[in-house]
Amino acid sequence: MADNRFLVGNGAGFSGDRVDAPLPVLKTLIASGLPSAMFFETLGERTVALAHLEKRRDPNAGYEPMLERLLDPILALAKQNNIPLLGNWGAANPPAAAVAVAKLAMAKGLPDLRIALVEGDDVTGLVAGGQLPVHEADAGLDMGAWKLIAANAYIGAEPLVEALQQDADVVVAGRTSDPALAIAPLAHHFGWRFDDWDALALGAATGHLLECGSQVTGGVFWDPGFKDIPDPANIGFPIAEVTADGGLVITKAANTGGLVDLRTIKEQLLYELHDPSHYITPDVVLDISQCRVEQVGKDRVALHNLRGHARPDTLKVTASFEGSWLGEGEVSVAGPNALARARATAEVLLQRMKIRGLDVRARVDLIGIASVHDSDAGTLWRNYAGPEPEDIRIRLAVEAHTRDDADQASREVLAMLCCGTAGTGGARWRVTPRILTRSHLVLRERVPTRVVVRTAKEISA
Amino acid sequence: MTTVMLHEIAHSRAGDKGNRLNMSLMPYDPAHYALLGEQVTADRVLALFTHRGATGCVRYDLPGLHAFNFVVDEVLEGGVNGSLNLDGHGKSNSFRLLSLTVDIPERLPDS
Repeated sequence: MADNRFLVGNGAGFSGDRVDAPLPVLKTLIASGLPSAMFFETLGERTVALAHLEKRRDPNAGYEPMLERLLDPILALAKQNNIPLLGNWGAANPPAAAVAVAKLAMAKGLPDLRIALVEGDDVTGLVAGGQLPVHEADAGLDMGAWKLIAANAYIGAEPLVEALQQDADVVVAGRTSDPALAIAPLAHHFGWRFDDWDALALGAATGHLLECGSQVTGGVFWDPGFKDIPDPANIGFPIAEVTADGGLVITKAANTGGLVDLRTIKEQLLYELHDPSHYITPDVVLDISQCRVEQVGKDRVALHNLRGHARPDTLKVTASFEGSWLGEGEVSVAGPNALARARATAEVLLQRMKIRGLDVRARVDLIGIASVHDSDAGTLWRNYAGPEPEDIRIRLAVEAHTRDDADQASREVLAMLCCGTAGTGGARWRVTPRILTRSHLVLRERVPTRVVVRTAKEISA
Repeated sequence: MTTVMLHEIAHSRAGDKGNRLNMSLMPYDPAHYALLGEQVTADRVLALFTHRGATGCVRYDLPGLHAFNFVVDEVLEGGVNGSLNLDGHGKSNSFRLLSLTVDIPERLPDS
């Protein structure tokens, strides 16, 4: 029987991922001799908002800052082997990202590299005009006077397929849904229709499992002594093998660390999922409620019984707003009586907010007792009755409406260097602007997309 | 019967969407699936997060995967954008879940 597999590799799971991960994936795809594509998921809800702020500062910025570093080691090799690279690395500024890819291609002697620019996800105007209903999950969110930064709709795979139909080597998109980046090359290769829900579900599951990169091959998984993985410093990124008859096997780049087994697959399959029968993507509603998994070889897991339901009429929109300010300050105490000194420091800091009349919402963490599991009220450190910790870092965090209040509040931590308990040291403080996001819904026909494919030479001219 | 921490017999991963948290829970040995279903109830999981204002917890059972999915509402004190917590995404909470204890038989039932 002819080998009818199509391979999809992932080269990045978020903005900030390991930039040396894509090359082993690409080499594995090439060695297979099978038709393949690679995708890069580098956009989160906050990433896109930050990118819009970058673009405001510099009209040529606002795309994935690691774009060139991710592409540099693989661009020529991918082009030679006819393996298209898709990414939402355009972030807030896909045209600038396309220019950056063109520049890199010209420098590498690839003037004929075909670059697709996918646009249309920016729906800032619709949200600014108050035309889009707020998603029910965010119904209680009042953005009050906060200023809208931008709004982007999660677009599906169809415009990405258009780009591949026009022989794009690199697809530069903005706010596509994450799974769409995997659905597109599969739909293009197998000729899936966009109402073949079970086929699209296979693509959505592929995208969902791969979109966080190493999270399905041992990242966010390893737990020394309980869930050990080989060579965590070199975790191999994932590859999906899909067949025309609905087969799906997840594996990973050859000669790398990490692993693929039933445990890594189950953890990622349920990651960020709510109702397992109803995982909504712009292209299909994925149903994993009947799914079964099977280890079919070393680092190879097959998924069975994936189902799809009709896609929704609406697309999700993330709107971001310039919000309040975050002020943070930290100091440490260590050695005998550290816990009593830390608690006293915490109480005094909260008292200082009142004495100074600072208009802030404040929280203190005693790092060494609880750095992440406590409440804003400090339930865990207030009631802590365990052994005396050796070393505690006191962290004050405040939300303020003005930069000045956030700054003044965090500087109260600095003042503890002289006014604090005996042996207080190691102060750090900072103020950062906060971005608020709210989800809206938009009818898909109100989000027309545009696809333009041009060569690196044409773009650079 | 012997009492063990969930961490010894099961694994978990946490993810967020807004102010909502999901945590998977899978026993290493499928033979433990039924007793986890009896003992790790949505109410017990909710109680782990009420100090942070969590308002509800739903458990989805996936017997075909020997997995559970817990979805906890209003737990992140504002979510990734609004939270003052260092872990705004709440990703570390899977290990709070794994700190629950369960009673298991000294010898496993045949799976």
